[in-house]
Amino acid sequence: MNNLFILLLLPVASAVLLAFAKSSSTAKWIALVLSLVQVALTIPFVCAFVPDASVQFEQSFAWISSLNIHFHIGLDGISFPLVLLTNGLFPLIILSTFSKEIKHSFYALASFMQAGLLLVFMALDAFTFYVGWEAALIPIYFICALWGDGDRIKVNLKFFIYTFFGSLFMLIAILYLGQQTPNKDYEWTSFVALDLSEYAQRWLFWAFFIAFAIKIPIFPFHTWQPDTYTNAPTAGTMLLAGIMLKMGTYGVIRWLIPVVPFGASTYGTVALILCIIGIVYASIIAFKQQNAKRLIAYSSIAHVGLITAGIFAWNQEGLQGAILQMVNHGISVIGLFLVLDIIKSRTGTNTLNELGGLAYNMPVLATLFVIIMMGAVGLPLTNGFIGEFLLLKSLYSINIWYAAFAGLTLIFGAVYMLRLFQKSMLGTVDSSYVKVTDVKGVEVLVLVIICALIIALGIFPNSILKLSEASVTQLVQSVKF
Amino acid sequence: MGAIITLSLLGILVLYLGLYKAKSLLLPVTMLGLVVALGFEISAWNKGVSPIYNGMVLFDNFALAFSILCIVITGLILFLSKEYFRAISNNVAEYYCLILFSLTGALMVCSYHNLAMLFIGIEVMSVALYILVGIRKTDFASNEAALKYFLMGAFSTGFLLFGITLLYGATGTFDITGIKNYLIDNPTALSPLFYGGILLLLVGLLFKVGAAPFHFWTPDVYDGAPILITSYMSTVVKVASFAGFIKLFSYVFSPLQDFWTPILLLIIVITLFVGNITALMQSSFKRMLAYSSISHAGYMLFAIISLGANANSSILTYGFAYSLASVAAFAGLILVKRSHGSDQFVAFDGLGKTNPLLALVITVSMLSLAGIPLTAGFIGKFMLFRSAMADYHIILLALAVVNAAIGVYYYLRVVVHMYFYPSITGEDTVAVPTSFNVVLILTLLLTVLIGIYPNCVISLL
Repeated sequence: MNNLFILLLLPVASAVLLAFAKSSSTAKWIALVLSLVQVALTIPFVCAFVPDASVQFEQSFAWISSLNIHFHIGLDGISFPLVLLTNGLFPLIILSTFSKEIKHSFYALASFMQAGLLLVFMALDAFTFYVGWEAALIPIYFICALWGDGDRIKVNLKFFIYTFFGSLFMLIAILYLGQQTPNKDYEWTSFVALDLSEYAQRWLFWAFFIAFAIKIPIFPFHTWQPDTYTNAPTAGTMLLAGIMLKMGTYGVIRWLIPVVPFGASTYGTVALILCIIGIVYASIIAFKQQNAKRLIAYSSIAHVGLITAGIFAWNQEGLQGAILQMVNHGISVIGLFLVLDIIKSRTGTNTLNELGGLAYNMPVLATLFVIIMMGAVGLPLTNGFIGEFLLLKSLYSINIWYAAFAGLTLIFGAVYMLRLFQKSMLGTVDSSYVKVTDVKGVEVLVLVIICALIIALGIFPNSILKLSEASVTQLVQSVKF
Repeated sequence: MGAIITLSLLGILVLYLGLYKAKSLLLPVTMLGLVVALGFEISAWNKGVSPIYNGMVLFDNFALAFSILCIVITGLILFLSKEYFRAISNNVAEYYCLILFSLTGALMVCSYHNLAMLFIGIEVMSVALYILVGIRKTDFASNEAALKYFLMGAFSTGFLLFGITLLYGATGTFDITGIKNYLIDNPTALSPLFYGGILLLLVGLLFKVGAAPFHFWTPDVYDGAPILITSYMSTVVKVASFAGFIKLFSYVFSPLQDFWTPILLLIIVITLFVGNITALMQSSFKRMLAYSSISHAGYMLFAIISLGANANSSILTYGFAYSLASVAAFAGLILVKRSHGSDQFVAFDGLGKTNPLLALVITVSMLSLAGIPLTAGFIGKFMLFRSAMADYHIILLALAVVNAAIGVYYYLRVVVHMYFYPSITGEDTVAVPTSFNVVLILTLLLTVLIGIYPNCVISLL
């Protein structure tokens, strides 16, 4: 069962199966069961994974033989946590839709997207990577545009063209690198082994960086993100914020810096400063938001800004923290979006001024919300703490001012999160919300799982850190700038 | 050669069938003939090593692969014709016969080995089309299109013929190997006639493939012609012209690459921008496809400026991807126009709800035209971009990428209309005859198959 293809094939097969599902309720159950089977299939890999620096479970076969393109996948300490994140979050995301009537095609698209995401994280060949990169974009575009609200058509067209445009520059970079390799192939190992001229590295850096920066998103490439997150259906936002943006941060670790280290050393500081500007800027804007979903969208920019800053610091703590925080952010953010979705389903609004006093009628939700919020803010004993601590430590080791400004995210984060909590949960009970009912059934289940993960990772961050440690050490030692 | 003879005889046979009012036999006989022609092509695979018939034609794998592509696409288009022609005309036999003659010309263009043969092929292909474009005698747009196409086509033929004459004047031969040998023997002191000949040939061929600035006939002709004829023109004729184009330039004129590459580079950039930006402005799906076909000509020219080992297979792959997607898109357009009476984007509103399969096929074909991975269009674009990268045309690629992003905008427009707008006519489904369903599913499967397992096409050449 240790064939990685299974993990890719099952989501594709589920997508095909779900596309032909008759009704929405059967599709729900099929999707849930198949995503749980996917989790079960992941377990043998967890058991067999050796936390050293090697690439494991490798699979490779010639895809386009005359162009020397291989379908080459494998796992190492850096990609494995993200594969776990993807497969782990999927059942939760599907469960979160159980209270709604969503058409079967939603589940088909989501499953297809899962395959694309996994392909991105597993790919060891640039062509394979690119295919996964785009394959994940198509379904999420349809999910957001079909089931979103507001100005969904325009917003999502912007999102699609923006990200597609970015990835085309990456395609040029990949083509150029392939042309440079001795065998004209697109393997990750041959890209990393290249001895590129400084001039080439400079423009290659930007070609890759723009693709990843749009996806993450890093200031000033973030303009698509708040609108897309706000207008997307909750499950779509979860997919976008929980998993898809990790494609960008993962791309920086796997492709950008190892392939063009000189470019990264030249412009890494610029990228780092952009990340830190983004942290402060997004935090301040988040504080001003009235729409709770928009608030979380901006807070997400701040959080991933910190993750990317840690990556560009390029040291052991930074990368370890980034990988841990990618997982943490994925868990916390889907928790937050789920809470907002539940609030909206009860009250019909996500506008802060119209909410208030919900804790009175919804004590269980309020309690779980506090835990998720603590995780997002980064309080000790929750998952966010260790990740942010490592990231800030890595920035501190480069320049104290980076750490000082990036550290503002902790303070700002606490401020806007507490404001969100206070405005929605505390205060006087609005007369129209007297009859709201507390969370129950599946909602509680999902929220409790998320809270359990938040606390478990807060107490045992080593479970993730240990997976990535050896790979990160090797990467940091072999690629220096 | 068997295929060309079969198709010529088949054309005449179909005419007689029309004469004796055997209407129900027309389509089966035509399809059977196409299958026989296809059989001839496949049986000749790997056998053609030297030119035959006094060096007039050469049936190497290059010629055969492109011929097969042309025959398959024509077959798909004719399969759609059953109800289509009957609805617009009484003399259905003419259509079949003219398309078959045009196809015969296309096969000659794919397999010529002598410039005289190239000229005859292009003429046979075009003359039949002049009639087909104007076949709706009472329709104003159709007449205008025919006249425009004829005048422009005559002009370009003039250029082509003059170019061939100049080449003959310089080299004393029509045979392309002879011309190639002349180039090799006289590497420095080439006659000025020769350069003039290349330029005029270039103009003539660019006219035929519809590249800017020689594209002005394309939108009106594509728009005015019956949709099925448009789909034939924009796929088979274009692919065959490109086969002729690349053969001439890669086989004969490649030593003079420094001379014609800058010209072609400029033409590609203009073609891409003109095609894409004007396509952006269209509100009619049919006109959008017409302009987008200009931009696709621009992409296909990539293979000609960078004549590498993979140039032939990349243009074949791209031709396959582009033709399949176009046939699917035009088939969808025929159905929508038939039921809603309009070829505007608005007519596609709500198709995702009423006709999920049709909407899916159109979506996949649009994604293929836009070059999104897992479709054939991406493989084609990747190969063409890769061959341009082999010569380090990085600026050109950057411009191409900008154009690809523009392209996504207008290709997604129809997708947006199909899925995200409510239907204008309520819940009425668009009637899809079985023949259309077969073609739609076939194009869908082939597009995805080539997208996932491109070796099946690439390894042919």
